[in-house]
Formats: sequence, structure tokens, C-alpha cells
Amino acid sequence: MSQPHSPVKLWRFHGGVHPPERKTIANTTAIRTLPLPKALYIPLRQHIGVSGDVCVQPGQQVLRGQALTEPGVYGGLPVHAPTSGIIGEVVEHPSNHPSQLPEPVLTLIPDGQHTSASLQPVADPFSLSGLELIQHLHDMGVAGLGGAGFPTAQKLSQARAINLIIINGVECEPYIVSDDRLMREHAKDIVRGVQLLQYILTEENQAPKAVIAIEDNKPEAIAAMEQAIAISHAPIQLQVIPTLYPSGGEKQLIEILTGKQVPARGYPADIGILMQNVGTAFAVAEAIDQGEPFTRRVVTLTGESFQQPGTAWVLLGTPIQHLLECAELQPDTPQRIIVGGPMMGYTIADPRTPIIKTSNCILAPTNKELPAAQNESPCIRCGACEQVCPAKLLPQQLLWMAKAQDHEGLNQHHLSDCIECGACAYVCPSEIPLVHYYRKAKAEIREEKIEQQKSEVARQRFEARQERLEREKQERLERHKKAAEARAKALAEREKLAEQQATATGAPACDDETDPIKAAVARAKAKRAQQQAEASSDSEDPQKAKVAAAVARAKAKRAQQQAEASSDSEDPQKAKVAAAVARAKAKRAQQQAETAAKASDASKEKDES
Amino acid sequence: MSFYIASSPHHHVRRTTHDIMRWVLLAMVPGVLAQLYFFGWGVLFQLVLAICVALFAEAGALFLRHRPIKPALHDYSAVVTAALLAVSIPPLAPWWVILIGTLFAILVVKHMFGGIGQNIFNPAMAAYVMLLVSFPVQMTAWMPPAVAGYQAPGLFDSLWLFFTTYTAEGYSLEQVRLVWSESGLDAMAMATPLDHIKTEVSRGFTLAESMQSAIFSWFAGAGWQWVNLAFLAGGLTLLVQRIITWHIPVALLSSLGLCAILGALASPDLLPGFNIHLLSGGTMLAAFFIATDPVSAATSNKGKLVYAALIGLLIYIIRTWGGYPDAVAFAVLLGNLCVPVIDQYTRPQTYGHGEPRP
Repeated sequence: MSQPHSPVKLWRFHGGVHPPERKTIANTTAIRTLPLPKALYIPLRQHIGVSGDVCVQPGQQVLRGQALTEPGVYGGLPVHAPTSGIIGEVVEHPSNHPSQLPEPVLTLIPDGQHTSASLQPVADPFSLSGLELIQHLHDMGVAGLGGAGFPTAQKLSQARAINLIIINGVECEPYIVSDDRLMREHAKDIVRGVQLLQYILTEENQAPKAVIAIEDNKPEAIAAMEQAIAISHAPIQLQVIPTLYPSGGEKQLIEILTGKQVPARGYPADIGILMQNVGTAFAVAEAIDQGEPFTRRVVTLTGESFQQPGTAWVLLGTPIQHLLECAELQPDTPQRIIVGGPMMGYTIADPRTPIIKTSNCILAPTNKELPAAQNESPCIRCGACEQVCPAKLLPQQLLWMAKAQDHEGLNQHHLSDCIECGACAYVCPSEIPLVHYYRKAKAEIREEKIEQQKSEVARQRFEARQERLEREKQERLERHKKAAEARAKALAEREKLAEQQATATGAPACDDETDPIKAAVARAKAKRAQQQAEASSDSEDPQKAKVAAAVARAKAKRAQQQAEASSDSEDPQKAKVAAAVARAKAKRAQQQAETAAKASDASKEKDES
Repeated sequence: MSFYIASSPHHHVRRTTHDIMRWVLLAMVPGVLAQLYFFGWGVLFQLVLAICVALFAEAGALFLRHRPIKPALHDYSAVVTAALLAVSIPPLAPWWVILIGTLFAILVVKHMFGGIGQNIFNPAMAAYVMLLVSFPVQMTAWMPPAVAGYQAPGLFDSLWLFFTTYTAEGYSLEQVRLVWSESGLDAMAMATPLDHIKTEVSRGFTLAESMQSAIFSWFAGAGWQWVNLAFLAGGLTLLVQRIITWHIPVALLSSLGLCAILGALASPDLLPGFNIHLLSGGTMLAAFFIATDPVSAATSNKGKLVYAALIGLLIYIIRTWGGYPDAVAFAVLLGNLCVPVIDQYTRPQTYGHGEPRP
């Protein structure tokens, strides 16, 4: 087959599957406009990012396009009124998330008029700077329509230089045709959006290359885009790629078009690439050229349980229940309502759940059409999962480790690089819900990490406390040592004084002559006292001496108090024991002295002999 | 109104373990038919008894392990094990040989290691090796193929031989295996082609001389070559049906073939060439049906290549220098032993973890 649209070399990512496409259920009719729902439930928090501050009051009349929140201190993405009506309370409402956990939403009761506020288009965007346009996109609440709903302005204002913009019109997931219909009907606006993106990301007069990628199963969309590019004369390349799930995954599409891989735990911007969904390009063009805030998106309503499948412009915040009614759901028993496609979509239990910026499809299959997984049987290591894994993981090994909760092994086998595309579980002959196990293991690992961080903080705090206590103890010991020295010094001073007094009175101890040992001791003491006095008089200044004296006085006082306290507290029993101990010690000392004396006598005798 | 909750993906290929095993069994049919043609009814008796015993053993083991019995029997994995063992042993080996072998395969090698998906060794090959070392006489008593002037015993005689080791007239298996000369006066026992070459070469004959025997025709052993080609045809069906990937058969056959070519180049008078090696014994059965058993094989594609090439090499080494004429079972078990190490060192590089491409 000749491929007129594929002049350049395409690469292949590992694996991939060919699930039945079933796109014709919904892609044969034009995008419809639905009647207004009775109420809109607009989540305040965007899918990714913080919520802005609510700037409207309950009961307030708002117009279509009027901002309901403003960025606030954290710069949250604002949300706008999708239609005119009365603002209700902020209430808790089931979220559009697999968990369905309640989250705060702003209710809006449409008045049926759909009156617009005055919109503020940018008259000549190419006269403004990229940063100003980015700010405008932020104010218009534009977010990515493809994957995680990342705020577009934030993505565009990354510091990295971008040399390739990839516009993702692949839509590889079966059933979903939102981008397909959008490209067929609004190709011109999409191309305009791409041009604006190129302008915004121009650095030093060097506009990044732009490639629009579409799978070859959408010939009408390809033709429409080709024509729009030709009319615009824009330097945009259209790239048709072979149909293979999950070619539309960001990492996989980058590999197909460039042969490069996004580094693990990195972003496409790390290799100079920015990817946007065609829907986002359309929203960018609308926001800049018409001043249209981001308040609606194309949603595919498909599956054989719908009597009226197709695509529709759906206001953000529309409860899914309303869509089920519009597309005339004939529920099977049991009926699954899947947000997204059959490979990666999640089921919701509560149809009050609102449509958000990333909800591209509501799939209501019959049980014959998409039979639910049956009995999970043991893994026979057939390796079919490994053949199809686009992340080149070893899914069956990951399964063993996930079941054994071997988190270290899971990290070594790069569980975190799993994109949860579902290809492994799709081909598994044992019908093992592999992705489910991986999600659970990922959650456990996340949980474990949080616990580890908590215990790490606790450990650090404990160690700091131990260190402080130890330090205080050391300081206390140091103080005691100094006090003991001071006491010893004070004693020496006193003795010296006494000696001086004795010398002054000129009455040498009369028995000094008779006891030469005592005399020698007295001389030695006098000499030492003299030396100390000299030394202290050399080194100490009066100030220090005073301080030392004061400290010594305080210590002496405390010592006295302690002594009193101890003497108060001591009972006679203890005193008796102490006395006994003292006696015993004295006796032992005496014995030792006698022994020593005998020994010396003996040695004397020996010497003499 | 509340809706049913399920985990993605919501779509599944409708090919279950049951379908895979059924395809494996179907792909064995040509090989089994060829064996039936060349080696007589014994093949069928072995198959029937092995499959019955395997199913009973599987059910019993599951009952004792308190596991659901019906779905496990339905997956046909026990039947595949039984069939692989049945086509590997001599067709007229007495009934108790296959009975013991099948029980060992299912109870010891499979269920004592945790049942389907958990066994380290290929159950059929582990059982084969156990039988070979326990009952060497019965396990090497291959019939001559029904060419070369030999007529396999008929249905009735085969049945007698299978259950009593004697024909109705009282001839023993050893007597039945003898090939009578045209005069009806001489009789000689026939070995398998690999056996024959080994014996003759050890007796001082050259390869060319030993291949003068009537058990060789065309390019390899008479009969055996067609059995191998039939298993090759079945194996190719498995490839086309994507039940197996090309890695293991291609690596095993190329490794064995390359060794044989090099051997023949080095010693053309003594070592048989790749035609003999690839089309004798259990080569094709091993390459497409035994080494490809996913449970006991390496997991990654690179790992499969290493694993199968190792088995091919081991087959050649054991056939050439080992004590046993055929080596498939030993080689596969040794390969199974190496799987954890192979898996450890052949992990594919996860997306985004390689060196960035310039």
C-alpha cells in the first residue's frame, strides 16, 4: 500500500495490540448539541492542580463564560460558567474519578437562555508576546484534553526549549471518536491552534516544528486536516501512522515519530518535545481568537446499550445521567458505564458524576459486546503479556511480585513505568486483571513511601532529642567539675590565709621541732600556696576573681542547702549504716597501713642482711 | 441507579489457556499420525492410557489441595503433559511404564511444586528422565519403523504386548523387535538411528558405513525423519496461530544444527551431520512442543533465545559424548534449571531506561 502521507521514516514501539476498533458506532454522525441539563456540577479543583478561589455568591446570576473562580494565591486554573444561570451552593458531589470520592462542586442552575458574557478575543495575537498569550490561555482555563488534564499554560511555560510540537490526533483507543469528529468538522480551527502554539513556543525567531499525527483508520479526518493545512500554508506536517493500540500514548507516539524515548521519570520537554491533543489545539484557537473560555468539550457517547450513539458538545459539569438520557440508554443487566474507552476507561457507579475536561467518552456496552472478565486462572507464563507491553516490562514477573508484595522487586522491574494501557490484561489467556494488580501494588508502594517518610521524620526528631539531652548532660557535668575546682581553690585560699596568720603571729608551732614530718608538710603547703597565689595574681584580673568568688559563694550556698536537705531527709538508719561503713573503711585502712609497715620492715631487714 | 463496577481493560481477547492447550494438542496430531503409521498401534494405547491417568491424577491432586477441579481439568494442560510423555516413550513399552511416568509427571513434578504455572521442570520430560533411569530396558525398546522390511505387530498383538509384554502367541517384545532377513533364517535387533550410529561408530565403523543400514533412507532415519517432519508441520501451525513465538524453535534448531555442521566438518567420518540431528529422535518435538512449554521456559524474548540455544547445544553434547543416544529430555531439564539465571540477565530494557538516542 502506498502511503502518500508518510514521507518520513516511522519507528515502532515494542508490543501493542489490535483490539476491535468499533469506531463506526459513533463516528458517522455530526457532533450534536444537546439540550441543557437541569443542573451543572462544576468541580472547583481541576483534574491536576489546585483549585482557584470562588468569586461568585450563591444565588448570583452568571452569564456564559463568566469566571467562577480566580487563580488565588496558588495560581489555580480558573473555571467558567458553561451557560447562564443561577449559582447554587458549593456542595460535595461524587467526583469523576475511579474512586468516585466526593469533592466540592459549584452547582449552576441553567436559566435556559445561554446568554454570553462579553468575550475578550485577542485581536492580533502575533503582536503579543508568547508569555502574554500563555497568561490569556490560563485565564481562559484551557487544560489538556488528552490525558491528565494538565493546565496548558503551565505546560507551555516550561523553561525547556521546545523544538518539536506533536499534535496528537491518534485516538488509538477503540470506540472513541471525539478527536476524529473534531478534526473532520473543525480542521481549520485546529490548524490555527497549532500555529498559535508554534508562535507561543518560538524562541529566538526559531519556531518549533509541528507534526500532527493521525492513525490510518481515520481517512476522513486525515483528508480534512490535509486540506486545512494546505489552505493555511502553515509549516505543519501531517503524519499518518499505522493503527496500533496504544500509539496515542504520549511516550509511544514520541517513539513512533522520532525514535527517541522519554527518559524514565522525565518529561517530553527533556528531549525538546511538547505534545498536545487536537482538542487542546482547538481550545487554544477558540480561547485566543474568540475569547472563548474552556467550558465545553466533545464527548463520544457509544456502545450498543445506547439507542442514539454519536458525539456531542457537552458542557463541563453536565451530569453523566443527562448524557445517558440524551443518547437513550437501554440498560443491560448488569450495565457498565465506562468513562473513557474499553482499554483504559474506568467504570462509575453513580451517574450524577459530572463531565470534566478529560472525559472524552461515555461507553455503555452490552455484556455481549464487551463480556466482563470471567474466571481468573493461574498464570502459565505464556509471555503473551510481555510481547504486547509497550513499556517493555515483564508483566508476568510483575504479577508474581505484586502478589507477593515484593515492593523492592517491583521497583527493580520498573513497575512505575507501567502506563496502565491494559494491553497485557487484554491478551492474557488466564484472564488475569493484571492492571488491577499493578494499580494496587502502586498504591501500596506509594503508601509505604509516605509511611517511610513519616517514620524518617520521627526518627530524626527522636535523634535530635537524644542529642539535646546528651548535650545538656555534658554541660551539667562540666558545670559540676568547675564548681569542684572552685571549691578546692577556695579551700587552698583559706589554708593559705590561716598560714599567713600563723606566720604573722610569729608563733611557730612549738612541737614543729619535735615533729619534723609535720614541719615538712607545712613547708610544702606554704610553698604551693605561694606558687598558686603568684600564678593567680598573674593570670586573673580582679573582675574574673570577683565573678569566680560570686560563683563560689553561690555554689557554696547551694552545697550547704543540699547538705541541710540531705541531713534533713536522712533517717537514723541510714546514718547508722554510713557510720558502720566509715568504721569498716577506717579499719581496712589501718590494716593496710600495718601491712605496708611490716613489708617495709621486712625489706629493710633484707637489705641489712 | 447504580452501575456495575469493573477494572480496566474491559475488553479481552477470547483466547484462554484452554484454547492454547487445545491448539497444542491439535498441532500434535500430524506427528502422532506419523508415529502411528511407522510404529503401530502402541502409540495410541500409550496416548489413551496416559491421558486417562493424567486426568485422574490431576483431579485427585486438586481435590487434595482443595482447589476447584472442573476449570483445571478444562484447561487441558494435564492432557498436553500426558500426550507429550506418551509420544516420547517406546510405543510398546508395558502399560505400567506410562502409568508410573504420568503419575510422576502430574503429582510430583507439577502439583508438588504448586500446580499449573508453578512447576520448575517440564513435567513430561522430568517423568521421561525418571523412567529412563529407572527402566532403561523398557525405555529404549523402540520398534523398528514400518519400513526396512519390518511389519509392526497388529492391533491384537499390540494390545497383548502392551498389557502382558507377550503377544497372544507368546512372543516377547524382544522377539517381536527382531527383523528377520529375507531368508527367514537370520534375525537382528534394530535400534533407533541415533542408537545405531553410536553403536556402530563405537565398534570402529565409519559414519558412512553405519548409515548403510536399512534403517536409513533419504536424508535421515527411515520413519523417524517423517515423524520429525510431521511434528515440524504441527509446530509451524502453532507459530502461525501465535501460540508460540519463533524464538525457541529457531534458536534450538539453529544451535543444534550449527553444532552438527561444525562437528561434521571437524570429523566427517564419525559425527553425523545436521540432517541426522534435526530429523532424528525428539528434535522437532522438543523444538516446537517441549522447550516451548511456557511455564518452565525463560520469559523474555532474549531469554528464550539463550534458553533454547543452550538446549540445542546440550542435545548435541549429550548425543555426541553422553551415555544416552537421545538427549532431549536431559537437555530440557538442564535448560529448565538455568531459567532463573537466564531470566535475571536477559531482562528487556524498560522504556525510557536506555541510553538516550542522539
